[in-house]
Amino acid sequence: MAEPLTLDRRSFGRFGIGVAAAAALGALPGSEKRADAAPAPAADAGTPIKVGILHSLSGTMAISETTLKDVMLMLIAQQNAKGGLLGRKLEAVVVDPASNWPLFAEKARQLLSVDKCAAVFGCWTSVSRKSVLPVFEELNGILFYPVQYEGQECSRNVFYTGAAPNQQAIPAVDYLMETEKVTRWVLAGTDYVYPRTTNQILESYLKTKGVANADIMINYTPFGHSDWQSIIAQIKQFGSAGKKTAVVSTINGDANVPFYKELGNQGVKATDIPVVAFSVGEEELAGMDTKPLVGHLAAWNYFESVDTPENKAFIESWHSYIKNPKRTTNDPMEAHYIGFNMWLKAVEKAGTTDPNPVIDAAIGVAVPNLSGGYSSMMPNHHITKPVLIGEIQDDGQFNIVSQTPGLVVAQEWSPYVAETKDLIGDWRKPLACGAFNVKTSSCGAGGAKHA
Amino acid sequence: MILKWALLLGLVLALASTPQARAQDAYALLASPSFDSIRQGVQELGRSGDSRALPVISALQAGELFVRADHALFIRTASGFTDAQTGKSAPDVSADKLKKVRLNNPVREAIDQALGSLRLFASDPGQRRLAADAMFHAHDPLALPTLDRAIAAEKDAVVRRTMTEARAAALLSAPDASTQDKLSAITIIGARGGADSRAILEPLRDQPPPVGTAVAAAMRSIDQQLQLWGVIQSVYYGISLGSVLLLAAAGLAITFGVMGVINMAHGEMVMLGAYTAFVVQQALGPVWTGISIALAVPTAFVISGGLGIIIERTLIRWLYGRPLETLLATWGLSLVLQQVVRSIFGPDNRPVEPPGWMSGDFHLAGLTLTLNRLVIIAFAALVLTGLMAALRLTPLGLRMRAVTQNRTMAAAMGIATPWIDAFTFGLGSGVAGMAGVALSQIDNVSPNLGQAYIIDSFMVVVFGGVGNLWGTVIGALTLGIVNKFLEPFAGAVLGKIAVLVMVILFIQRKPRGLMPVRGRAAEA
Amino acid sequence: MKTAWIMPAILVGAVALLAGMNLAVPEGAPLHASAYLISLAGKYLCYAILALSLDLVWGYAGILSLGHGAFFALGGYAMGMHLMREIGARGVYGNARLPDFMVFLGWHDLPWYWSGFDHFAFAAVMALLVPALLAFVFGWFAFRARVSGVYLSIMTQALTYALMLAFFRNDMGFGGNNGMTDFKDVLGLPLQADATRVLLMVLSALILAGAYALCCGIVSSRLGKVLVAIRESEARTRFLAYRPESYKLVVWVVSAAIAGIGGALYVAQVGIINPSEFAPANSIETVVWVAVGGRATLTGAILGAVLVNLGKTWFTGVLPEAWLYALGALFILTTLFLPRGIIGLFSWRPRSRGPAEPAVTAAASEVTG
Repeated sequence: MAEPLTLDRRSFGRFGIGVAAAAALGALPGSEKRADAAPAPAADAGTPIKVGILHSLSGTMAISETTLKDVMLMLIAQQNAKGGLLGRKLEAVVVDPASNWPLFAEKARQLLSVDKCAAVFGCWTSVSRKSVLPVFEELNGILFYPVQYEGQECSRNVFYTGAAPNQQAIPAVDYLMETEKVTRWVLAGTDYVYPRTTNQILESYLKTKGVANADIMINYTPFGHSDWQSIIAQIKQFGSAGKKTAVVSTINGDANVPFYKELGNQGVKATDIPVVAFSVGEEELAGMDTKPLVGHLAAWNYFESVDTPENKAFIESWHSYIKNPKRTTNDPMEAHYIGFNMWLKAVEKAGTTDPNPVIDAAIGVAVPNLSGGYSSMMPNHHITKPVLIGEIQDDGQFNIVSQTPGLVVAQEWSPYVAETKDLIGDWRKPLACGAFNVKTSSCGAGGAKHA
Repeated sequence: MILKWALLLGLVLALASTPQARAQDAYALLASPSFDSIRQGVQELGRSGDSRALPVISALQAGELFVRADHALFIRTASGFTDAQTGKSAPDVSADKLKKVRLNNPVREAIDQALGSLRLFASDPGQRRLAADAMFHAHDPLALPTLDRAIAAEKDAVVRRTMTEARAAALLSAPDASTQDKLSAITIIGARGGADSRAILEPLRDQPPPVGTAVAAAMRSIDQQLQLWGVIQSVYYGISLGSVLLLAAAGLAITFGVMGVINMAHGEMVMLGAYTAFVVQQALGPVWTGISIALAVPTAFVISGGLGIIIERTLIRWLYGRPLETLLATWGLSLVLQQVVRSIFGPDNRPVEPPGWMSGDFHLAGLTLTLNRLVIIAFAALVLTGLMAALRLTPLGLRMRAVTQNRTMAAAMGIATPWIDAFTFGLGSGVAGMAGVALSQIDNVSPNLGQAYIIDSFMVVVFGGVGNLWGTVIGALTLGIVNKFLEPFAGAVLGKIAVLVMVILFIQRKPRGLMPVRGRAAEA
Repeated sequence: MKTAWIMPAILVGAVALLAGMNLAVPEGAPLHASAYLISLAGKYLCYAILALSLDLVWGYAGILSLGHGAFFALGGYAMGMHLMREIGARGVYGNARLPDFMVFLGWHDLPWYWSGFDHFAFAAVMALLVPALLAFVFGWFAFRARVSGVYLSIMTQALTYALMLAFFRNDMGFGGNNGMTDFKDVLGLPLQADATRVLLMVLSALILAGAYALCCGIVSSRLGKVLVAIRESEARTRFLAYRPESYKLVVWVVSAAIAGIGGALYVAQVGIINPSEFAPANSIETVVWVAVGGRATLTGAILGAVLVNLGKTWFTGVLPEAWLYALGALFILTTLFLPRGIIGLFSWRPRSRGPAEPAVTAAASEVTG
C-alpha cells in the first residue's frame, strides 16, 4: 500500500483538504448562528419560541421514544392553532441523539446554545438524563423529563413529570400485599440504576412490613436478555414454597417480550404467581400476544383505558393526528401532556420565556391530568399523580383494578436509603436547594447549584 | 333462655343456609361493585349447589356477565341477553344500561376453584381430571364432602387418583383431621411429587412428629427428584438454546466455508425472515394463524435466499478474494437493511402470534417442555438434515464441497465458482430466513433482531469450525448447554461472558475451530 | 520523510485558530467559535487518535481489529475513574470517598482497583497501561497461535463484546449502565469553563500530532518494513527468519496504548463514559473512518475520522432518519470504489506498476487485501 507523503501533488492535495476540513468545521451549525447570536432573550415579538425535543429516533430506545416526539409535535401544533404562546408561534426543534449517551449531551448543548430553545422535552433512560444534566445546569436550560425513574435527584433545571418510586412501586406492592395476600417476593430487574435503586427501596420497605430475608429473591439480567427459560423455572421453584408469591418486575425494554412469552408458555398464570411490572405499558403490549398474560399487572399513573372525557378527547385527537386509529397512548405521553401545559402556564405567569422567571413561576402551577384530576408542580420539581394498578386484558389494554383515592406527592429522596432519608428538595426561596438535609439544616453537596 | 335463643338462631341459620338462600346471597354479592364481594359471591355460588352456578361462573370467567343498575344479572350470548338466575332469555334488555362484571386476580382464583368443584362431575373425563387438579391446588377443606362423593362415583383410574390426591391436599388443611389420615395423605402427596406437592407440604414442615417427620421425609424425596429433573431440564434448555444458535449460525457456516466470507448482514437475513412471518400472518388473517407459520418458512427461505443471491451478484463478487473488505461492505449493508425495515415497519416490535399447536407446554414426568421450544428443536434438526442431504446428495452440494476444499482445483475442474458462490450465499441466507421465522416465536420482531444474534452466530462458527456442518451442530449445542448450566450459578451476564472467554481461549488452542477443514489447501 | 510535518502543522494551526476564535473573540461577534464547536473539535481529535491507532495495525500490519474501541474505552474509564474521585464531596450524596453510584448500590468502601485513581498521574499511566496490558495478553496468545484474518477479527469483536457485558454489570464497580458522569474538574481546572475546553482541545491536537510522529517513525523504520512484509504474506516473512508474532505484538501494544490515551482525552471533553463505548458497532465504525480516509496512510486515518464524524453530526441534526443509510452507503461505496480511501484518490499511480492487490490464494482466509 502507499507510503505516506512522497509526492508533491499529494501533499498539496492534503493541504487543501486540511483547509477544507477546517472550513467545514467552521461551517457547522455551531458557528453559523453567530450573526443572530445576539443575547436577545427579551426578543422580538414576532420570532417563534423554540421548543426542543430530545428523544432517540434510532437505536435501541427508538421503540419507546419515537412516540414521545410525535406527541410533542401534536401538542405544539395544537397550541399553535390556539394562537401560540405570548402571542408568538411555537417552533419544534427535533434532534436525534440515536440512543447514544454522549450524543445526548452534544445534542442538548446544541439545542440550548445554538437553537436557543426556551424549553426542552426529552430523555427516557436515566443515563441519558444524567448525561444531559450537567449541560442543562451549565447553560441554565429547562428540561421536562416524562419517564418514571428511580428518584434520588432534584435539579433546579429539570421538571420531573414521571413517577418517583413512591408513586409507582410502593403502591403496587401495597396492592399485592393487601388484595392478593402476597407474602413471598421476587424482585426481577434489568441491571441498571432504575431497577437497582427501586429494588433497594422495595427491599427496605418489605422488611419494614415484616417480610423475612428468605422470602425475597432478587435477580438482575442484562438489557435485551432473551432466554428466560432458566430464570422462570427458578421463579416457579421459588414460588412453590406454599406461600403466595409475586414477581415485581423492573425488566426494561426489549427483554419484556421474551420474558412474557416464556411466562405464558411455561404456564405461569396470574392466579398462581402474579407479575406486576413498572416498565410495561400499552406500547410494549402491542408487540405481544396478551392472551396468556391476562391478569398480570402493571402500575402506572395513567392507562389508555381510563374512562374520562379528557382522556377520550386526547385519544381522539392523537388518533387523528397520527392518522392511525390503532396507535396506543401511554403514561409518558400523559406526562408530556401535563408537562407541556405546565410550561405554558408558567411562561404565561412569568410573562417571558427566560429560564429563571419560568422556573420560579412553575412551582404551584396546576393543570388537569387525563384521569379526571389536577396535577400540581411541587417545590421539589415533581408533580402529584394518582397511582393506578391495572390488569392486562386480552386486547392489550389494562383493566384498572385499583386506584389511590387521592394524588400522591413524590418523594424524590427515598426515605429507605440511609444516605438520603434526611434529604428534601425545595426550590422555593429562601431554601432553593435540591438536597436539603433536614437534620443538619444545610444544603447537601451537589444539590444546590443556582440559589 | 339462652337455649331458646340458640335454637332460634340455629333455625334461622339453617333456613338461611338453604341452597336457595345461599344462592340468593351469592347473586347479590356478584352484583356489587367491590372485587372482594364478587369473589365471595363466586365462592358462595360454587358451594350453593345451585343449578345455574356453572353457567353463571363460566360466563363471568369469559367476561360475559353483566349487571344492571337494579342489581339484576344478565349473561350475554350470541343471541342476546339471558337472565342469569333463571336462564330465560331477556329480549328487552338494552346493552348500554348494563355494566360488565369485572374480574381481578383473587376473583379469578375463586372462579378456578369454584369451577373445579363444579366440574368434578362433568361427563368428560379430561375435564374431571382438570377439575381435580384445580381442587388439589385449592386444597380447601370445605370441599372434602364433594371430593368424597366424586371419588365414590369415579370409574376412571387416572382421574380417581388425581381426585384422591386432591382429597389428601384438602385433608391436610382440615383442622380436625386425625394423625392417621394426615400420614396417609402425606404419603399420597409425596408419591405425586412435583413442585406443587412440595408447595402443599412445606407449611407443615414444623409440625410435631410423626406428622413433621413424615413431611420432612416426603419433602426430601421430592427435592431429590426435583434436583435430578432440574439437571435434565437444564440440558433441555441448553439444547433448545443450542438449536436456536444452530439455526442462526448454520447459514453463516456454509457461506464462510465455501467463500471464506463473514457476512455481517447475516443477522439481517434472520430479521427479514422474522418479518416475513409477521407479514404472512397479517396477510392470511386471524383465521389461518395455525398454518401461517408453516407457510412462512418456505416464503422466508425464498425471500432471504433471493436477497442473498442479489447481494452476492451485486456486491460481494466485486470484493472477491478480499474477505475483510467483504466484512465491512456487508456491515454497511446490514445498517442499510435495518434502516429500510425501520422505515417501512417502524421501530416498534411487531407481534407474531404463535399458532395454537406451538403454545403452552406439556409435562413429561418431571420435565416441563414448552411446546414452542420443542418445535424449534425439531425444526432445527429438520433443517440440518435437509442441509446435509443437500450437501451430500445433490450435484450443487457436491460442487459446493469441492469449492470449500480447494477452490482453484474446483475451478480447474470446470466448476463455475462464481455461480456456486451466488447459490451458496443464497442458501446460507435462505437458512437464515427460516431461522428468523423460528425466532419470531421466542423473541422480539424488531429491526434490531439481527444484531442480537450476530455475535453468537460468529462464536458458533468460529468454535465449531467451517467446512463441516457437524462442527456447527456440536459447537452450537455445546455453547448452549454450557451457557445454561452456568446461568443458575453465575447469572445470565457472567455466564455469557464466561462462554465468550472460553471460546477465545479455545481458539488459541485450535485456531481453526473444533472440526476444521483439513488438507493442504486449507492451510494457505 | 520530508513532508511529514505538513499534517501536524495543519492540525496545530487549525486548532490554534479555533482557540483564538473562542478565547480572543467576544461572544456574539461573527468570528466567535462557541464552546459547542470547541468540544466538538476536541471530540473529533480524539476520534482521530483512535483512527490513527487502528490504521497502524490495519494498514501496516494487516490486522483488522473490530474491537479497538475496547482500548479506547478502557483508557476512557481510567480517566473517568480519576474524574469521579475528583468530584469528592460535591456529588449528589456528598460522600467524599465514594462516587454516587457506589453509594446508591449500598457499598461502604472503595474496591481495591479504585485505589490510586485520585492522582492524575496514576490515572494517566493507567490509561496507557491497562489497554496495553490487555492488548499484550490477547496478542500474545492470538499471534502465537497464528490466529489471523477473519478469525482474528471475530475474536477482537468477541473481546470488546465481552468487556461491554462485563462493564454493564453494576456489580463490577464501574458504574454499570449509567457509567461515570457529572465530572466537575480536572487538575483544578473546571471542566465547564471555556478555557479548560480550549486547553483540552489543544492538548488533544498536540497528542495527536505526537502520535502521528510516532507512527510515522515506526512506519518508516525497519520495523515498519517488516510489518508491511507480514501484511503482504506472513508465511513468507516467517520463512525469511523473522518472527511475525513479535513484530505484530509490538505494534499491537503500541496501538492499544495510543487508543487508550485517545479515550482518556475523549472522556474529559465529552463528560461521560458508559459501557456502550465498548459496543462492537462503535469499533466497526472506527474501521470505516480509516477506510474512508485511506488505509495505510496515516493522514488518511485522521482525515477519515474528522470527515465521517462531521457527516454524522450534520446528519443527525438535519436528517436524523437518513444517517444510518448514509453510514451504510459509506461502508459499501468505500469498499467498492474507494479501496484506498480519499487520500488514495489524490495519489495517482500508473495502473500497470506493481501489484494493486496481492494475488488471490487458494483458500481465502489469509488474504487481507
